[in-house]
Amino acid sequence: MERFPSNPNLPSPQRGNLSNLSRFVQESRPTWPWLGTVFALILLFFVIPDFIASMRPEKQGLIYYQFTQIALLSIAAAGVWLTFYIGRINIGQGALCLVGAYVSAIVQVKLDVSYWLTIPLAGIFCVLVGIVIGWPILRLRGVYFAMITLILTEVAKLVVLNFPIVTNGARGITNIPLPEAVTLFGFTILPEFTADNNRMYFYFLSMFVMVLTFIALFRLVHSRIGRLCKSLQQNEELASSLGVNLVLLRLIPFCISCFMGGVAGALAAGVQHNVGPSIFTVQDSVNYMLYCFMGGLGNLFGPLVGTVILRMGWNYLTAAGDYQLLFYAIALIILMLIIPNGVMSLSPVRIYQRVVGWLGNRRPTLNTVPHNRKS
Amino acid sequence: METILEVNEVSRKFGGLVAVNGVSFTVKKGEILSVIGPNGAGKSTLFKLISSFMPTSSGNVTFRKERISGLAPHIVARKGVVRTFQETTIFRNMTVRETVIVAHHLRSRANLVGYYFGTHLARKDEREFGESADEILAFLNLTAMAHEQASNLPHGHLRALGIAMGLATNPVILLLDEPFAGMNHEETMRAVEMVRSLRDNRGLTVLLVEHDMPAVMKISDRIVVLNFGQKIAEGTPQEIQQNPAVIEAYLGTADESIGI
Repeated sequence: MERFPSNPNLPSPQRGNLSNLSRFVQESRPTWPWLGTVFALILLFFVIPDFIASMRPEKQGLIYYQFTQIALLSIAAAGVWLTFYIGRINIGQGALCLVGAYVSAIVQVKLDVSYWLTIPLAGIFCVLVGIVIGWPILRLRGVYFAMITLILTEVAKLVVLNFPIVTNGARGITNIPLPEAVTLFGFTILPEFTADNNRMYFYFLSMFVMVLTFIALFRLVHSRIGRLCKSLQQNEELASSLGVNLVLLRLIPFCISCFMGGVAGALAAGVQHNVGPSIFTVQDSVNYMLYCFMGGLGNLFGPLVGTVILRMGWNYLTAAGDYQLLFYAIALIILMLIIPNGVMSLSPVRIYQRVVGWLGNRRPTLNTVPHNRKS
Repeated sequence: METILEVNEVSRKFGGLVAVNGVSFTVKKGEILSVIGPNGAGKSTLFKLISSFMPTSSGNVTFRKERISGLAPHIVARKGVVRTFQETTIFRNMTVRETVIVAHHLRSRANLVGYYFGTHLARKDEREFGESADEILAFLNLTAMAHEQASNLPHGHLRALGIAMGLATNPVILLLDEPFAGMNHEETMRAVEMVRSLRDNRGLTVLLVEHDMPAVMKISDRIVVLNFGQKIAEGTPQEIQQNPAVIEAYLGTADESIGI
């Protein structure tokens, strides 16, 4: 049934199943985020830990650690995705992670503040850094913005190396304590992390933060701010002609991105018990971008999916020894050629068509190619 | 009639080239004023200067006695001077309705934090924007296209979408950038009717830059003619048609004029 009576004077647009499907998802918006969240929480907090518990005890720590890493990297990659969302290529997230990690470590060790407080503190500090850096550089576009952000990670590393009084220089900060228990009115809200259980507890902590991050991001993208960001990504001049304050609207997503970087860094500092100038390198910054590309820039779960695929792939490829990077790079190139818009751009409908097309040795039956009358 | 937009001795230089040279004119409330001129006459530059997308080298533009040249484009838009772009400038990744809803930005009463957390006011805003967007789309005959990707729209509808975006900002004066470019006669006449109904039904003042002569003659209350960055004539369509300077600018010399 048509939602709108069609005007006989106008050529009626041809709609494929794909747009019907996406419209269905759009219109049924109120329920599916909740279902998705519940599903994700059950998976991350019951199914995966249950699965890991069935493994050999000496292996469990490593598996928890790898999952924790994926969670942390996807939080940082989500930040990078958000800067992509306003049309900026950000290759400097590693710098913010490094700042976050050091803020958390320094505040814990030198000022003796609880680890739990340093996580938001690191985020807020990174927002301030983001304002200072973002204000001047966000007016740059395309490759110029990418170039400036590319050097940020190296700059952050040099800053760390050249202020040994605060940062302990090249030796790093190695005596970060494990997070202590938090009790409120006699109830233990957060348990004490010990040498035995910290891998598992950090897994729960980082997964919790990751879920929170993606809920916040989902809300952002589907709110008016998300729409404005999308307009900025397409055409900044047009947006400003509609009265959009470009400076503010570029800065807000960038600062949120920095916050995510800072939080991921602070979590990493806790997980690793030590920080050094090279825990986040240019390589990491580039990786965050690759995770976004791999997952797809069009969907906010792109960075998550991309991180899972690439990080797990990387971990499995350790079996290849010296050739790990070679195989990784080859796989990356092939994947980018097959799915240039990322994994999340694949639609079940289109895959079905392809399969039908191959099997029947004929052209696809369903028309999902956007009808473009203006060639 | 009350003067709302005043262009005072506006000039713009690009290095040694003077693109716009001391142009002055006024726009009165509720009129349709066209700026015409041959290619390279400085129309587009003047358009950018008025909408404050480019700073003036000298002179200024005032809107309701308030200087607007030199302000950021979004502040000028907030005051009620809103420009549209040529057809290719749209948000390709949005549907038509979504585009028009986004364009309601200036009417929002809740702040961004409110929109994020979906406060009562923000939800009320969104509802009103949706209704207003539907109304605008119906006014511009775009309802059937509401859920189509903006990039899939045909020619004439894209132009209408540009105007729909402009309308959504609730402007006092709408600046149209070549609204009839690349249209055939029939499409142009339909667009002329549309622009006229903006003024008649919505009380807008319209300033348009265009070089389709028949359309301009049909639509305008007054016309300003530019050539080589300078204003060479101003007046009603009849006056402009008879003006020898205009005929010379368009056809070379006056003696072999065959009318426009």
